[in-house]
Formats: sequence, structure tokens, C-alpha cells
Amino acid sequence: MVTEQLEKVKEYVKESRVYKSMFRRGFEDTPRNRVLAIMGNVFLHLHPSHVKRHSVKLTHTWCMGGITFLLFLVLCFTGVFLCFYYHPDKINAYRDMKYFEYDVPFGVVLRNMHRWAAHLMVITVWLHMTRVFMTGAYKPPREFNWVVGVVLLVLTLLLSFTGYLLPDDQLGFWAVTVGTNMARATPLLGHEGPFGEQIGATAYNDIRFALLGGSVVGGNALLRAYIWHCVAMPVTAIIFLAVHFWRTRKDGGTSGPL
Amino acid sequence: MWHNIWKIASKPDNIPIVGMLFLVMFFGVLSFYLALKNDRIRAAAASRRKEGQPKAKGDVVDVIDIMYPESEQGLPKKISCWPHLVKLEFICAIAVMALLMFWSVPIDAPLEEPSSPALTPNPSKAPWYFLGLQDMLVYFDPWIAGVVLPTFIILGLMVIPYMDVNPKGSGYYTFRERKFAILTYWFGFFVLWVIEIVIGTFCRGPGWMFFWPGQEWDPHRVVAEVNINFNEFLANATGMAGLKSATAGLVIGIGTILGYYVLGMALPYLWLMRRNPVILEQLGFIRFNIVGFLFWTMMALPIKIVLRLIFHVKYILVTPWFNI
Ligand code: HEM
Repeated sequence: MVTEQLEKVKEYVKESRVYKSMFRRGFEDTPRNRVLAIMGNVFLHLHPSHVKRHSVKLTHTWCMGGITFLLFLVLCFTGVFLCFYYHPDKINAYRDMKYFEYDVPFGVVLRNMHRWAAHLMVITVWLHMTRVFMTGAYKPPREFNWVVGVVLLVLTLLLSFTGYLLPDDQLGFWAVTVGTNMARATPLLGHEGPFGEQIGATAYNDIRFALLGGSVVGGNALLRAYIWHCVAMPVTAIIFLAVHFWRTRKDGGTSGPL
Repeated sequence: MWHNIWKIASKPDNIPIVGMLFLVMFFGVLSFYLALKNDRIRAAAASRRKEGQPKAKGDVVDVIDIMYPESEQGLPKKISCWPHLVKLEFICAIAVMALLMFWSVPIDAPLEEPSSPALTPNPSKAPWYFLGLQDMLVYFDPWIAGVVLPTFIILGLMVIPYMDVNPKGSGYYTFRERKFAILTYWFGFFVLWVIEIVIGTFCRGPGWMFFWPGQEWDPHRVVAEVNINFNEFLANATGMAGLKSATAGLVIGIGTILGYYVLGMALPYLWLMRRNPVILEQLGFIRFNIVGFLFWTMMALPIKIVLRLIFHVKYILVTPWFNI
């Protein structure tokens, strides 16, 4: 009786103009619907409608590229919520961390997830690169996609690195101090690097100064790290990810023996 | 002893390192297992064919056959993405999200005291994924360890597809057909990058001094270590005091570095000429030199480590502007 009624409601919904305007296919498992499921959905449409049989084997890709992308999405999602509460200045930054700990609902889990997903993403990028290398998937015609991948690898590391400073605690402060001190030694562009002094580099005009917005890791460095971390680098990464996925398809899908 | 190891390993920010080590080893073993298995199957099939035996059931004729077990041969090579791939991705996503949840609820992200430029922690460490670079500072000056070598790592990775002219092994696991490429990759990635990170985390204590895992980190430890430059090392070794002068140092230093690269490229060249000239022809002169340069730049790190730790050599080349 109830099922009958439910069935009627379902019929009614499926025949309505609203429903039909959103979903254009039925649920029967037909080849046509299988294709439509992919082609009619903007997100799934990243995939081709058919794939090689071996490329869905877990041993072939380890799903590592996909996992990396999933972690990137998790980071964007949790990152937006962190941004709601975070102020990138010397007075507030550390306080906001305490605020997450004691006041913000689910603040601790939010921060933990962002942190651990970031670390995990660094690891999965390396593993993805290793799997691509071991299957020789960088060989023609996929050479350029490997290069795009290396750019993504560097972006992943830099995203992680700029984020490290944001809590403004001892851990991040000194890690970034150690990291950016190396920039001092850049040949020509750093004031302690080879020939830096000779062409007039000082602590107040060299590349480290440009990175930090000052000669010490202070408020300006915090702001710059914040903008790199939350705006500039995610946007760059998304652009390169789009190219990466697009190329993966245009190069004939996941690699396999010819 | 375990106390100290545990103290380091259980620091929240070091958990990923332990995880990374195991994950890299697991997937490393897995990829070699898959590669050697493929090689074995194909070698067996090839030798059967050579002996003129009829094709056995499920025999591997072509590379592509190793991708498909007997039960799947004859099935269409393409399958619909929905549901086959989407299903797999969905399961993977749930597994990863579950892992992340179980990690994030009990283990808190670290938060130390507010930053203070006046309180320098000893040791002060870069984030774990850059510890390999930081550890190179022991063996090279910052401009090499922090700038030049990272640049070469990135460029070197980028040019891999253009340097590797071997047409075999594209799209499947194999070791036999790509020995040099695979061994070089694992040497660079595992020995030089991953192991350096582990050393940087577990073995570098106060003053960036080396401590065995488990050894208490004594901040007052002093190691009397006198490091000498390469020309002084040669002078001591040969007994020729004249080699100690700055000019001699300059000449020896430049000569050693030039000789290192020139010999490093010439000797393999001659060896390949005799053994396998086809590879040289495929590579071409320019590619051969780029590969050689990058390869020996990478090998400079382990060589410098040995020179430094065993022979206490600090610099190969000393100039007024920079030292190598
Ligand atoms: C943010 C980081 C990255 C993401 C999200 C990502 C994502 C993906 C995905 C989803 C695929 C499809 C096949 C698979 O899952 O393996 C793929 C393929 C590929 N990736 Fe990445 N990737 C990243 C970084 C890299 C890096 C660091 C490299 C290499 C240096 C790389 C090189 C490639 C290549 C050559 C392919 C084609 C492989 C094939 O056709 O078998 N990617 N990537």
C-alpha cells in the first residue's frame, strides 16, 4: 500500500518538468545510459565514456592521481572554512589558532583535517609520480603531461610550505626562517650568494626581501604567505590541474601498451 | 633508547614521515613485483616461442597480453566508464576520507608557542619534506644545497621524458627493459630524497649534529672535527706541502671538478661505443651530455658525503666568491 503510493510519487516527480529539466536520462542499465551518465554530468565528464579495461585495475594506477586530487579538494573545502576565522596579521594569527582549539565548533577537527590532508597530499603526489615513472607513462605522447605534473609537484610543496607559516607559532616561524634563509644564498640575486654582493644585493633588496616583504619573517611575510597560500597558488594549481586532466584524456587516456 | 625514537616518531608532525616511509616502501616493492612478474611471464613465453612450441593456452604473445589474465582475453578492450571506473573512484574516495577522519579526530595538528625571533629552537628544522635539502647543507654551501641543486632536481625531473629515448616499457610495468632509468630513479628518489628526510628527522639533533636513532640528544655535545679542503687533503696524502697554497688549491679544485664531469661523460661514452653503440646513436651527442651532466650532478651528493664523513674534506674548490 505504502510502496504503491511511494511508487506513484516517484513517477510523478520523474515526469515533472523540474525533474526532467535537471536529469535527462533514466536509470535502466543500458549502454546508452552508461554513456549519458558520464557525458551528461559536468563533473564526471572529466572522464571519457569508455576506458581501457586495464586502466580500472587498482594495480595499474593505484588510483594515486585521483587520491591526490581528492585531497586537493578536501584542502580547498576545509581551507575555505579556516579562512572564515583566520586573520593574517601578527596580532591575530596565533590567537585564531587558539580560537579554533577552544571556541570554533569543530574547529580542532577542521584544522587537523587541513593539516593531515596537506601532508598526505605531499606523499601521494610522490607516489603518483613513482607509479607514472614505473609504468613508463611519461613516454610519447605523454611527455608534456609529465612536465605539467612536475609543476604540480612543485606547487604542492610550495602550498604546503606557505601554509606552514600561517599559525605563526615557533614551528612554522623557524621552519620558514630556515627555508627562506637559503634564498639569501641565491647566486646573483641573494646578498650572501656568489656574486650577489658584487652586483649590489643587500639584505634590503635581494630575493629574500622580495619573498618576505622585509628582511625578517614578520607581519609582511605572514600576509604574503597568506596571499600565496590562499589565492595565488591554489588558482595556479587549478589551472595546471585542468591542463593535466585535459592532457591525460587528449593523450589517449591512461597509458597502456600500444 | 626506544624512548628517544618514540619521542621523535610520535610528534604529530612526524607521523606523516613514518607513514611516508612505509608507503614508499610498500609501493616500491609492489611496483618491482609487478615489473618482475611481467618480465618473467614474457620471457617464458618468448623462449617457448623460440623453441617452436605451439602457443600454450593463455600464452603471452604481445606486451598487451600481460595486462589481461587468461579469463579476460577475448573480452572487449574497452569498458564503459560508468559504472566500472566511477565505482572504483568512489570506493577509493570513501577509504581515503575514512582514513583522514580517523587520523584527524584523535591526533591534533601541532601548535607550539607563539613565534618569537629571540627564541631559536635547537635544532630548527624545515618542514619534513624539505629536510633532504636542509641536510645537504652539511655537505654543500647554501647556494648549492638550497638553490642550485633544487633547481636541477626540478629541471632534471622535467627533462626525463625528453632524455629517455627508450621506446620500450611505455604503459606497463617492466624492469628488464628499462634497468638504467629505473635504478637511477630509485637511487635519486629513495636513497637521496627519502632516506635524507629520515636522517634529517631522526638523526639530526642540536647543532644539526648526527645522533644515532635512540641516542639521547645532548645539547652540550662537542665533536672535535677538523675539516680540510681537498688540496690540503691531497697535500697530506702525498706529503707535498706545496699543494697547500691557495693557487694550488684553485688549480686543483677547478681541475678536479672539470675532470669529474669530463671523465664522467667520456668513460661511459667509450664503454657504450664498444658495448652498445645503438644507444649512443639514439641518444645523440647533446642528449648524452645532458643526461651525463645531470647524472653526475646527482652523484656529487653521495660522493661529497663520503669525502666529508670519511676523509673530512670540506671544499673541493675554494675561491674568494664561492666554495664548492
Ligand atoms: C597535484 C598533483 C597531481 C594530481 C592531482 C594529478 C592527477 C592525475 C590523475 C587523476 C591522472 C589520471 C591517472 C591516474 O590516476 O594515475 C594523472 C595522470 C598523469 N599524471 Fe598526474 N597528477 C598530479 C601530479 C603529477 C606529477 C607530480 C606527475 C609527474 C611528475 C604527473 C604525471 C602524470 C602523467 C604523465 C599522467 C598520465 C599517466 C597515464 O596516462 O598513465 N602528475 N594525474
